[in-house]
This record gives sequence, C-alpha cells and structure tokens, in this order.
Amino acid sequence: MSQNAEKVLDHFKLFREPEYKEMFARKKEEFEYAVPAEALQHTIEWTKTEDYKEKNFAREALTVNPAKACQPLGAVFAANGFEGTLPFVHGSQGCVAYYRSHFSRHFKEPTSCVSSSMTEDAAVFGGLNNMIDGLANAYSLYKPKMIAVSTTCMAEVIGDDLNAFIKTSREKGSIPNEFDVPFAHTPAFVGSHITGYDNALLGVVKYFWDGKAGMAPALERKPNKSVNFIGGFDGYVVGNNREIRRIFNEFGIKYTMLCDPSDAWDTPTDGEFRMYDGGTTLEDTANAIHAKATIVMQTISTEKTAAFIESKGQEVVRLHHPVGVAGTDHLLMELSRITGKEIPESLTKERGRLVDAIADSSAHIHGKKFALYGDPDTMLGLTAFLLELGAEPVTVLSTNGDNDWAAKVQALFDASPFGTNCKVYPKKDLWHLRSLLFTEPVDFLIGNTFGKYLDRDTNTPLIRIGFPIFDRHHKHRYPVWGYQGGLNVLVTILDKIFDTMDADTNGIGTTDYSFDIIR
Amino acid sequence: MSVTAESRVNAAELIEEVLKAYPEKSAKRRAKHLTVQEEGKSDCDVKSNIKSLPGVMTIRGCAYAGSKGVVWGPIKDMIHISHGPVGCGQYSWASRRNYYIGTTGIDSYGTMQFTSDFQEKDIVFGGDKKLEKIIDEIDVLFPLNKGISIQSECPIGLIGDDIEAVAKKKAKQYEGKTIVPVRCEGFRGVSQSLGHHIANDTIRDFVFDKTDPTKNAFVGTPYDVAIIGDYNIGGDAWSSRILLEEMGLRVIAQWSGDGSIAELENTPKAKLNILHCYRSMNYISRHMEEKYGIPWVEYNFFGPSKIEESLRKIASFFDDSIKEKTEQVILKYQALTNAVIAKYKPRLQGKKVMLFVGGLRPRHVIGAYEDLGMEVVGTGYEFGHNDDYQRTTHYVKDGTLIYDDVTGYEFEKFVEAIQPDLVGSGVKEKYVFQKMGVPFRQMHSWDYSGPYHGYDGFAIFARDMDMAINNPVWALTKTPWKKAA
Repeated sequence: MSQNAEKVLDHFKLFREPEYKEMFARKKEEFEYAVPAEALQHTIEWTKTEDYKEKNFAREALTVNPAKACQPLGAVFAANGFEGTLPFVHGSQGCVAYYRSHFSRHFKEPTSCVSSSMTEDAAVFGGLNNMIDGLANAYSLYKPKMIAVSTTCMAEVIGDDLNAFIKTSREKGSIPNEFDVPFAHTPAFVGSHITGYDNALLGVVKYFWDGKAGMAPALERKPNKSVNFIGGFDGYVVGNNREIRRIFNEFGIKYTMLCDPSDAWDTPTDGEFRMYDGGTTLEDTANAIHAKATIVMQTISTEKTAAFIESKGQEVVRLHHPVGVAGTDHLLMELSRITGKEIPESLTKERGRLVDAIADSSAHIHGKKFALYGDPDTMLGLTAFLLELGAEPVTVLSTNGDNDWAAKVQALFDASPFGTNCKVYPKKDLWHLRSLLFTEPVDFLIGNTFGKYLDRDTNTPLIRIGFPIFDRHHKHRYPVWGYQGGLNVLVTILDKIFDTMDADTNGIGTTDYSFDIIR
Repeated sequence: MSVTAESRVNAAELIEEVLKAYPEKSAKRRAKHLTVQEEGKSDCDVKSNIKSLPGVMTIRGCAYAGSKGVVWGPIKDMIHISHGPVGCGQYSWASRRNYYIGTTGIDSYGTMQFTSDFQEKDIVFGGDKKLEKIIDEIDVLFPLNKGISIQSECPIGLIGDDIEAVAKKKAKQYEGKTIVPVRCEGFRGVSQSLGHHIANDTIRDFVFDKTDPTKNAFVGTPYDVAIIGDYNIGGDAWSSRILLEEMGLRVIAQWSGDGSIAELENTPKAKLNILHCYRSMNYISRHMEEKYGIPWVEYNFFGPSKIEESLRKIASFFDDSIKEKTEQVILKYQALTNAVIAKYKPRLQGKKVMLFVGGLRPRHVIGAYEDLGMEVVGTGYEFGHNDDYQRTTHYVKDGTLIYDDVTGYEFEKFVEAIQPDLVGSGVKEKYVFQKMGVPFRQMHSWDYSGPYHGYDGFAIFARDMDMAINNPVWALTKTPWKKAA
C-alpha cells in the first residue's frame, strides 16, 4: 500500500506504484487478449511511414480527430454576445448540455443556454409545442431581454419552421408581443461552428434591421460616423474585445461592437452569479445599421453577415484574424482611412515596441519550422505572423477551411521567401496531420488542446493557440489582436521554444554545455 | 446537526417559493419533482425519468451521451463511430476521463474522435453507403481494432438509415468481426438513461449472442467476478479492482472503464457480477442473471464505512477463505483510513453539502461525506428512475431537500437559500456556484482528480473536499470596503 494521509497520491502518481503496475500487467495478460507486442510495435512504426500517409490521405468517408465543431455551438457564442440575451436552441436537449460544457471547459465560466428538449413525439409531430412551452418557461424563469433561437440537426431534419413557430408562440402568449426573438436555422450537417456563428449573428442583425420578423417597419439607414466591429467566433474574445475597445478609444472613434461576449464570459467571483453581463445593447444593435462601415475581423466566420451589411450600403472591411505587425498595421490604416482620423501616437509607439520585441528574439524563431491547424481565419493570421517572424509555416491545416481558403494561404506563402517549402491542407483532420508530422517533421506545432495527442505521438512540442484550450488556464483573457496581442503570441511561441531548448540541453555532463543562463 | 420540524417546513416553503417563478402549468409539473425527505417514505416521493420541460435549462444530456459517452466509449480496443454530424463526438471527445492503458491510435482508441461528419448530402441521400466506406477505411488504417460500434446521432433515426443492415453486411465481409449498431439517437427517451439501456441491449445482442463461446481460451475459477458499472473515471475501477484482488477474487472483466471486448465476451463465465452504477448497467446484470444464472450484487466503494460493508457483502457470496481475506483487507487499510479521518475530519466536521449528479453518486457518496463528519442536506438525480429514489431513502436524513432533474433556476435558488458549504455537481454548474462564493467540486469528472473509489480513493476524496472548502480564496470574494453589503 502506497497511499498515505500525509502525502496523498492521486492518479498522477498512485498508478505508478508497483502494486498497480503489477495489477495492470495481470489484467492485460490474463483478460484482455491484447495484441501481441510485436504486432503492436510493427503497426506503431508503420503509421509513421509514407505508405501509411498515402492510405491515410486516401480516406473519403471517415473523419478522425477533426478540428471543428457544429453550427449551433457558434450560434450560442453569437447569442451570448448580446445584452441580457438567453440562447435558446430548438431541438434535442443533449446538444445544449454539450455546448454549455464545451464553453465552460474553455472559458472556466458558466454558459447559460436553454433547449426546447424535443423527444420522440416531437420527431413525429414537430416541435411547435416545445417552442411554445420553452419560450414561456425561459421567459418566466430567466427574465432575459432577448431570446436568440437557433436549431440542432434534429429540428432541421424534421423541418421545423422557426419563424412560424415563434409567431405562434407569441399568439399563444408565451412571450409578450414586443419581446425580441431573433432566430437562425443552424443545421449541424452544414459547415461548422463558424458557419453557425455567422448564421446566428445574421439572424440578430437582420431581425433588428429588417423589421423584427414583420413586427415593425424595416429600419432606414441614415449614415453616421460610427464604425461597427465584428470579431467572429473567437476563443480569445475576452482579451481581444477589450484590446480592440482600447484601440478604438485611443483613436477616439465612435464604435459598436456587434456581438460582444467578453463580459458574459468573464464575470467576477464576488458572491453574485450574473447570468447576463455586458454585451451589445439591443439599441446599439439596431443603430448599427447607420454606421459608416463595418470591420469584419474574421471574414470566413462572418461571410453572410458581411454581405448583408454591405447590402445596406455600408462599407465592409474584410480581414482574416490579423496577428502581428503588418496585420495590425492594416487594421489601423483601414480604421484611419474610414474615419479620417490619424493613427494615434500611442499606438504607433506600441507598434515600435512589438517590432522591438521581434528584433530582440528573432534569432530563436528564424527558420524554425511550424505546423499549425485551426479555424480558417485564425490560420491566415497566424501564417502571416510566422512569415513575418522569419519562421516557416511548413504545414497549415484546417478541417473547416475550404479550397478558397487554401488559395489565400498559398498566396501568403508565395509572397514570402519563407513560404517556399510550405503547404496548405484544406478539409483535413488531425489524423492526417499525424501522418504529416511523421513524414514532414517540424520543430513546433500550433493548435488547440487536442494537439497534445500529436505532441505525444510525434514528439512535436505543442504551442497552444486556438479553440478550445481546456488544459491550460486563462489564455482567453489575453488578446492575440492588436500590437499587444502580437506580443502575447510572440511570447507564447518563445516560451515553448526556450522550454524545449532547456529540456533538450539539460543532460548532466552530456549536453548541458548549452544549458545557457542567458538566451 | 439534527433536522428539526422547523427546517423541514422552511424547505417546503422554499420549494413553494421557487415554483412561483414558473408559468402555472410548468409549476405544477415541476412540483412533482421536488420534495423534502420524510422518514418512512419508500421512494423519496418524487416523480422521475420523465421528460424535462422545454426552456428551463435542464442539466440532462441525451441517449447518445448515455451510450457513446458512458457505456460503450470506454471499451478501449474497439472503435466507436459517432455517426452523424461532427458535434456530438467533438463535445464528448475524451472529456469523461475514462482512464485506460493502451497505445492510442494503434491498439486503443479511447481518447479519439471517429465521426462520419454528416454533410447535407448524407441527410438527403442517406448515410449507409458512407458508413460502409468508413468501416472499410477503419479496417485499412486501424488494423488492430477488435470491433466497431456505430453510435447513432439524431439524424440517423429520422432519415431512415438502416445501420443494422450495414453492420450485418460488414460483419460478414470481415469474417465475424464485432460490429454493433446502436440506436442511441439523442431524441430517444428523456435523458442519458435510455442510452444506457439501449447500449446494454446491444451488448446482449451483438456481443453475447454473436460470440462463439470458445473464441477466447478461458479457464475459470470459483472466484471469478466482473466489475459492472465502473467507468474508471480518474482510475476508479483500478482502485476498486485492487481491493477485490486482495480479497482473493479474480476480476475477469471491467465494465466498461479500461475494458476490452474480450472482457465483455467472457463475462458470462463470471460467478458473480458486482454492480456499482446500478442505473446504467442493471439491465445487463439482470440479463446475465436470467440467461446465465449469474447472481449480481450492488456495492458502494465510496468512503470506508460503505467500502467495509460492501466488501463483506461481496465476500458473503464466497467461501470462508475469501471472507477471511476480506477481514484482512479491511484491517490492512484501517490505519490509512484512520489517518485520513484524523487529518481531515476536524477541518470538515459539520459542513453541509448539496449534490446533483448522475446515476449513482447522489446517494453513493453520502456515506463518504459522513465518514468525514459532513452532512448532505440536498440531493437529486439528473436521470434517476424510481428505483434509484427507492435506494436513496436509507442514505438521506429526514429533512433533506430532494430535487429530480433540477433546473438551473431551482438549483441556484436552493443553494442561495440553504447556503451549503459545498456543492457537488457538473462543469455546467461549477462556475455558477463559485461566482456565488460557494465552494464546488465536480462530481462527474472528480474535477480532474481521482480516483475516489476504494481506500486509496477515499484519501484523495478527503483531500479534495478539504481543498475546496478550506480554500483561502473564499475569504476574498467580498471587498474590504464593501463588507457590510
């Protein structure tokens, strides 16, 4: 017995004790009828080969370890960005339990969201009664200012009509007549979580601008000098939105952040649970139609919303998750161009500081090879930044990035001498990436928490940038946008490089001549 | 602290108060799920296992979660396909902490996400052809897999796919390979619970009934038992198994934490099935009793009082040699248990706990808290049935608040009013209560700690409850300049 009260051993150490190790061996030997060691080793080695990679890339039907989620997750993200808004997902209830858990594991925050809890009878007769009762219950219990409705694949397959259902619910008195209920169909079998974000945000904007689903006259645009900002589905929303606000304030630009969950996912522990906090006010959402222009920070995550806004006569500036110096330069210059305001000296100075930091550290990044995966806009921003640092983004992969996205990444490669030997992989998963990390090894991997399995299997150190990050805390509180964000990304990369360097040079009397105190 | 008639009245008033927030129709329905425990009631007197109300923020999941997430997912040497759109598999990917030993991606697949990633064309034209191709591709890329399960997501049952036919065809093509079609679409039933049942039934139909009894060379002993309903969260089944082995028993199978298909296949050769999570695996235990004449016994490995009772109960099925060894095991761990209690009980004595968990823990962990001098003042099941509440009555004290399928609103109000020293529930609830300044432990995932089962686990349980309750952060939630408020 190894356990003791003074120094309690939990799973980290307990199962390494001899009594457990022997038990595991017995279980395997006597009861598991396990694969013989030789066959196991043979297969391990085979999965590292070109032959395996070829077969792996020949897959047409099976997806293994994808880096994407489904539409309603994005819809819940978008709904959470509006003042006093309760996300309501029409369909099976298990989905909502999953979205709430997923966000809570990333942000370490509560995520409020209700389901219409459709079951077998609703599958047969449709979910109208679930909508009627669901809206009534949600409204009474949680006193939201707005309920934003989206759908699970169940409701989509049986073809429930949200617009008609919500209308009927109003007639039946579930909610007051003037109560705001924007909606969006978000089928899980189309696109990914970023598509759901786009659809849900479009649902909200369209609802307010185009006459509240027939309940009010459509708004007429009277252009003013304000600028809208749309961040897209963003795991760093807490840090990023605050950084962007600061930048707007430095400029002195009047702005509306369309969809801002940065307070909802960062509430204080002070004795009070805030189901709602912050978010874009409904009034600002409506008035956003009058803005001069809209900055779309992640264009692929916001395609339909951007097109709709443009159709109202606004200029839309389409960006791809800019990270680093040139990316932020572009953002600031666009802001300056739109508003006629000069780029503030304070930001110019920040720029210089980021350049300073890059200059200080570039020797450690220059020429290092990276593989990276994630949402398509994020990949464009990070690829550009790595090229800017003189690194080589050898493998850039996205599960929810398509061929158009791949062409954009290729264009970045083509524009830089560091992009010469780099390749982009659209619509691929992390099992494809596993093969690539064996056949085209790199120095570092950039991705979300699930990349740790690749790190383990291929011995490629993982730098955690992406969504979700479950196994490191509070990263979402730090921006990756703006010059300050660029600095955070740079430091995140550098920390891993230096840690890896130290771990690789700490052999006592063998490699520790390079175990330098100054780097 | 004894529960007075007054506090029972207060709890009843609290329920009444909370129900006022609902529309009338819903208040009536929810009233049947909420009660205050009174001695002498045989089943806590609450309705359970019925549909959640729409729009109330139920904590429940779905049948897919019950089958893929709970029962099938931990079988490590099989590949479990999340069949349908990408989300379900993505959100449940490796999040239940069913520990296992194996080479992931080569001979084990527990922490991987295999999905058919349905697209619109699969919905329109059906996904059976794609499923066939997926099984072929698995055969090429994961040649050491010992079987495949097809975990249906919502659309499968709605679009009329025939996954049973695909499974049959492919099982034949791959010479009797175990391929299990599971109809655990998320809209079936009212919670995870039906998914457990459906998954149990598929083990009966596609593992027991389709396996040649001579497939695995197996020499039995009179002391062969199977652990049923332990998912090895944070290593729970391991810290349980070690005690059973020390008692002189031979654990021939683990269902399903760190389990393998061979273990499932051999279970009908057990002399006794010992059942931890009654809710999720009573079905297969009853079936094995009926078909193979294997008796089953429920046990509880949380906290020394219940462990001791359970060890003796299990030993009672065997001869004196086992009974003697069992007493030795109890004796062996007494020093550890005493030391744990001596260290932590003074820090935890009298602390009040409110629970809301899944299948067995709303009752099973009460004894462990009581061993530490703590008191459970409220509890409820996410997806329990009447027979769970029947089993709860002798665990809970008079005056305990009972809430079935609690809603976000109710739970928040109950905790606000009762002000317990600790809440134990899931990740969706964790941060709500921590914001309120109430210490919290996740009691599904052990908050990334564990194991909690067995004597080794009890030490960890005690340490974790102490670190939650006696965390200095709870003294910081109020500002010094606004303390009066």
